[in-house]
Amino acid sequence: MPTLNQYLVLSATLFAIGTAGVFIRRNLITILLSIEIMLNAVNLTFVAFGRALGAVDGQILVFFVITVAAAEAAVGLAIVIGLFRHSESLNPDSFASLKW
Amino acid sequence: MLRLIPVLPFLGFLVNASFGRRISRRAAGAVASAVMLASLVVALVAAGNLVGLPNPGRALVEPAFSWISSGDFSVNATLRLDPLSAVMILVVTGIGSLIHIYSTAYMDKETDSEYARYFSYLNLFAAFMLVLVLGSNFLVMFVGWEGVGLCSYLLVGFWYQKESASDAGKKAFIVNRIGDFGFLLGVLLAYVRFSTLDFQDLARSASALSPETSFGTLSLITLLLFVGAAGKSAQIPLHVWLPDAMEGPTPVSALIHAATMVTAGVYLIGRNAVLFSHAPITLTIVAAIGVATALLAATIGLVQNDIKRVLAYSTVSQLGYMFLAMGVGAYAAGIFHLYTHAFFKALLFLGSGAVIHALGGEQDLRRMGGLRRELPIAYSTFLVGAMAIAGVPGLAGFFSKDEVLFQTYAGGHTLLWIVGLVTSLLTAIYMFRLVFLAFHGARGEEPGAAHHPSHLHDAPPAMALALIVLALGSIVAGYAGLPRALGGSNRFERFLEPSFIVSQETRRAAGLQGDLEEAETATASLEVGLMAVSTLVAAGGIGLAFFFFLRNPRAADDMVNRFAGLHRVLANKYYVDEIYDVTVVQPIRIVSEDGLWRGIDVRAIDGTVNMVGETVVGSSEILRRLQAGSVRVSAASLFLGVVLILGYYLWR
Amino acid sequence: MPPGITFGDFYNILPELVLTAGSLVVLIADVLLPRRSGGWLAWITLIVIGATLASLVPFRETRVEVANGLIAVDQFALFFKVVFLGAAALTVLMSVRYLEIEGASPGEYYFLILCATLGMMIMAGGIDLITIFIGLETMAVSFYILAGFIKPNQRSNEAAVKYFLLGAFSLGILLYGMSLMYGLSGTTNLRVMAMTFAGQESDPRLILAVMLVAAGVGFKIAAVPFHMWAPDVYEGAPTPITAFLSVGSTAASFAMLLRIFLEGLPSMKPEWRVLFEGLAIVTMTVGNLAALTQSNLKRMLAYSSIAHAGYVLIGVVAGTPRGVAAMLIYVLVYAFMQLGAFIVIVLMRRQDIVGDELKDFSGLHVRHPFAAFAMLMFMLSLGGIPPTAGFMGKFWLFGAAIDAGYVWLAVIGVLNSAISLYYYIRIVVFMYVKKETAGSEPTMSPALGIALAVAVIATIALGVYPRLLFELAEASARTLGAAAITTAIR
Repeated sequence: MPTLNQYLVLSATLFAIGTAGVFIRRNLITILLSIEIMLNAVNLTFVAFGRALGAVDGQILVFFVITVAAAEAAVGLAIVIGLFRHSESLNPDSFASLKW
Repeated sequence: MLRLIPVLPFLGFLVNASFGRRISRRAAGAVASAVMLASLVVALVAAGNLVGLPNPGRALVEPAFSWISSGDFSVNATLRLDPLSAVMILVVTGIGSLIHIYSTAYMDKETDSEYARYFSYLNLFAAFMLVLVLGSNFLVMFVGWEGVGLCSYLLVGFWYQKESASDAGKKAFIVNRIGDFGFLLGVLLAYVRFSTLDFQDLARSASALSPETSFGTLSLITLLLFVGAAGKSAQIPLHVWLPDAMEGPTPVSALIHAATMVTAGVYLIGRNAVLFSHAPITLTIVAAIGVATALLAATIGLVQNDIKRVLAYSTVSQLGYMFLAMGVGAYAAGIFHLYTHAFFKALLFLGSGAVIHALGGEQDLRRMGGLRRELPIAYSTFLVGAMAIAGVPGLAGFFSKDEVLFQTYAGGHTLLWIVGLVTSLLTAIYMFRLVFLAFHGARGEEPGAAHHPSHLHDAPPAMALALIVLALGSIVAGYAGLPRALGGSNRFERFLEPSFIVSQETRRAAGLQGDLEEAETATASLEVGLMAVSTLVAAGGIGLAFFFFLRNPRAADDMVNRFAGLHRVLANKYYVDEIYDVTVVQPIRIVSEDGLWRGIDVRAIDGTVNMVGETVVGSSEILRRLQAGSVRVSAASLFLGVVLILGYYLWR
Repeated sequence: MPPGITFGDFYNILPELVLTAGSLVVLIADVLLPRRSGGWLAWITLIVIGATLASLVPFRETRVEVANGLIAVDQFALFFKVVFLGAAALTVLMSVRYLEIEGASPGEYYFLILCATLGMMIMAGGIDLITIFIGLETMAVSFYILAGFIKPNQRSNEAAVKYFLLGAFSLGILLYGMSLMYGLSGTTNLRVMAMTFAGQESDPRLILAVMLVAAGVGFKIAAVPFHMWAPDVYEGAPTPITAFLSVGSTAASFAMLLRIFLEGLPSMKPEWRVLFEGLAIVTMTVGNLAALTQSNLKRMLAYSSIAHAGYVLIGVVAGTPRGVAAMLIYVLVYAFMQLGAFIVIVLMRRQDIVGDELKDFSGLHVRHPFAAFAMLMFMLSLGGIPPTAGFMGKFWLFGAAIDAGYVWLAVIGVLNSAISLYYYIRIVVFMYVKKETAGSEPTMSPALGIALAVAVIATIALGVYPRLLFELAEASARTLGAAAITTAIR
């Protein structure tokens, strides 16, 4: 049975992987997925804490996070597709008409 | 009733701003002038009421409404009329009315909508200026302070066809930012220190303290306020904007850049005389900056060829005198000079405006000359103004400038007095250089000179009226403050005294020199003696100008060309005059033309102002470039922020 | 009814319920009404906002916690709710003409504005991490869509993508911080959290949590260095949305910030005070410096809004009831002047001209004196010149800083105000001094006229007669501090 700390380390690692993905990846969809990894790391933390504390608040929050993440993903994909129609590219560096 | 004084011009602004395009230009000008005259009448009645009050601490206070209040702290939008502000409102409404009337003729070449716009700005300016001088606390004053600044931008840039107009605005921007920063910080510190922003409360709190012998809070507060004052009143090194502001219409220069707004800094010090009296270090700085400005600007004025620029430097120089007076603690004398200066400098500007108007926009002195026959009214009034500023006995400038110099000398500041006297000589020279070059001699033969209309029209009635009234004012205004030494009773300063009363007491208590009454009774003969010196200096200056610029107009030019060949200069038949020239005029010319004007003014000070501007703009540019528009960079910035913050907390 | 939730709880969130129902009405009306009836939809939206405002009236004096401490109904929240609804109303008014010009069908536009407002209201009332998170996301997701609402416009799309990606990223950081807070306290309720955290301030895990949450909130208020999304998004998004984003979203985020830090982490005050002090200084300075050289007005206002967030942060640093009151005042005042400036930009929008470049404003006073005058007032107010409302706002903020012993912060604030006047007055000079450029006659419509008039009157009136506002703000601010105290006693 993994301990709380092990869960926390795992979630911190996941969070770091997700964060790194946002910087390193050059595809909007992959960046989106990286952010999902970050959110899942958060979920893991909540659930682990909730279990350790024997309280349900954490798990309730996770449900909301999952729901919101789904909504965000839906909206985000729609926006990305809208942009793709214009620029025919998913590289985040290829759109920078708004700057300075 | 007091609130009517600023509200009337504001109503004029509203009328001209909202209906200006629909009413005739005659109506627009009439409305603008009428509200100013009405305001003048109210101001006169108010001043009359004030005089009717018993003397110690007389003041009319009119709380408009409670502006801010929370717990024990409250600021009321209160207007307060005491002798000091009474003088100021009379100057603003009186001279302001004349300038409005003058403008109705001067701006006649503008289109209808521009005409109305001009007058709406002018009215708005007057309203803010009146708020500035009537406010009973720093916040109300600040409303006026920023308001006049804004109107000044609008009016300087009024002729936007000129390329240089926007550049002038830029320099004024930067300088006024520095000044405002000083002003606001000073106010802030005053609030931190005394927990009030009301002038009376501040004076009361400060008078309970003993003057600071070392540089303390009070010195810092007053110094910061002086930075604000120097920005508004064009003192070194913040004077660079004023000559450039001459791009605006001439009546604007007369009203804003000679008679009223630029004196706001002097007023600020006068209003807080008690604070300044308790900060001798600041006062010393004020006096030093004032006298340095007076001298530097006068030397620069000697060699300028643009008629308005000469007057602009002259204004800077005269403002320097006022700060000198403030700095030696002769507040009443400083305000007295402010008041007479408003008359003759407005007169000089308006007179030069009449010339410029007649010549169709020509401002170059070298292309003028012999105008006295064609423009008799402009000439005669301008001459009165020049005599007044040069310090010819009997005219306004003589009394006030002399009072400043006398107080300086009596206060033991001999060095400052000498510099002031030299400046006074220079003033006479450059003013009469102006008179002789413009009105006497022959029309300039500069190559490429524009052909003036064969028949020049003298000032139209509206302009002539303003000129004549101001000329009369320049003659008689000084008698309000006729010193005791000449059989007067110095009524002006007696009248003003209550505004600085706390300061007088503490100065006596602190044993500072330069006390008004003491000096008056003890040294009446000294005063007469100093007056004689001043008179000689003024006469000498006029004589020098007469010789170099009228009797032998080419002598001055020859000097510039022949400075290297001293022999030939000595061989010249005007032997005595050459010595004068070589020993006095020429060094000043060299220093002012090549040294001060080019070196200090243009390169150093302009350079510094520009450098401040460029540094700020440059850093702004860098910050912009950091914003490369890439999502990943933005995310990195966000993450970096987190890391930095965490780093700080982990390693501190 | 689930245990612990009563009918009274539902009554207490009546305004939120009204707004939710109203937004659904708008959504349905959009389907039922014939096409090209954007105007009608806008008026229905305004009625909904009005009804919500009316439903706030019974709660003037209420101070309760709803549903076991999920939402607080107090004057602090009330003040913010009024700001949000007012901002939403002005946004709707300026949107009608804008959408017509852009040729965009209003569709779910107004519905989303109401949703965003709902999210803000929940954020202001939320005293539980769950509520705050839900409110935040309701607002944020609505804004993601709204920012990209003009689909044919690539800039609008780009703004949406940037806002979405960075928003989601910052959400991850914020949530991670919240999860740590939850784990360390064992509760999601901020007021309970405040008690459990008392005495364990030096726990490095707690500091980590606080800093992560601060970064997430800092993103929302566009504090430097979390600000980089703001200029791009503000410039690219439809102008009314930019206005709403810079006013509503920022205000809501400040409400959230105060709830989390003053109610949830009062014992950590020494820790986060230093942080916000640094953030305030950097944010003010960078925002103002970057705004100096902008020639696009929307972008300039974006940087200026960053600077204004920096000013407001001064109130957080002060952390006193007076500081909070000053923040409330500033948020309200800022809403009017910032929205007003954007209304003028919308006025300038024509079919062929975007109207947000500085040169488009040349000689505006000739073409449209009222618009120029209004813009003048907004610029003076943003620059903090009396007697406009902006001056009052700054006056209280800096005054609160001085009261709390942060004189230097006030000095830096004054310095920044002096710098900022440079670019605000530059616009005034363009409008009043420069020669007018051809074309770009401002288009006025009744809705825009009403919105502009309201903004101008408020900007002047709150500067000339700030007393009422101040008393309200002070009373509201006190409920925030007092609430924490009563909880501590309980």
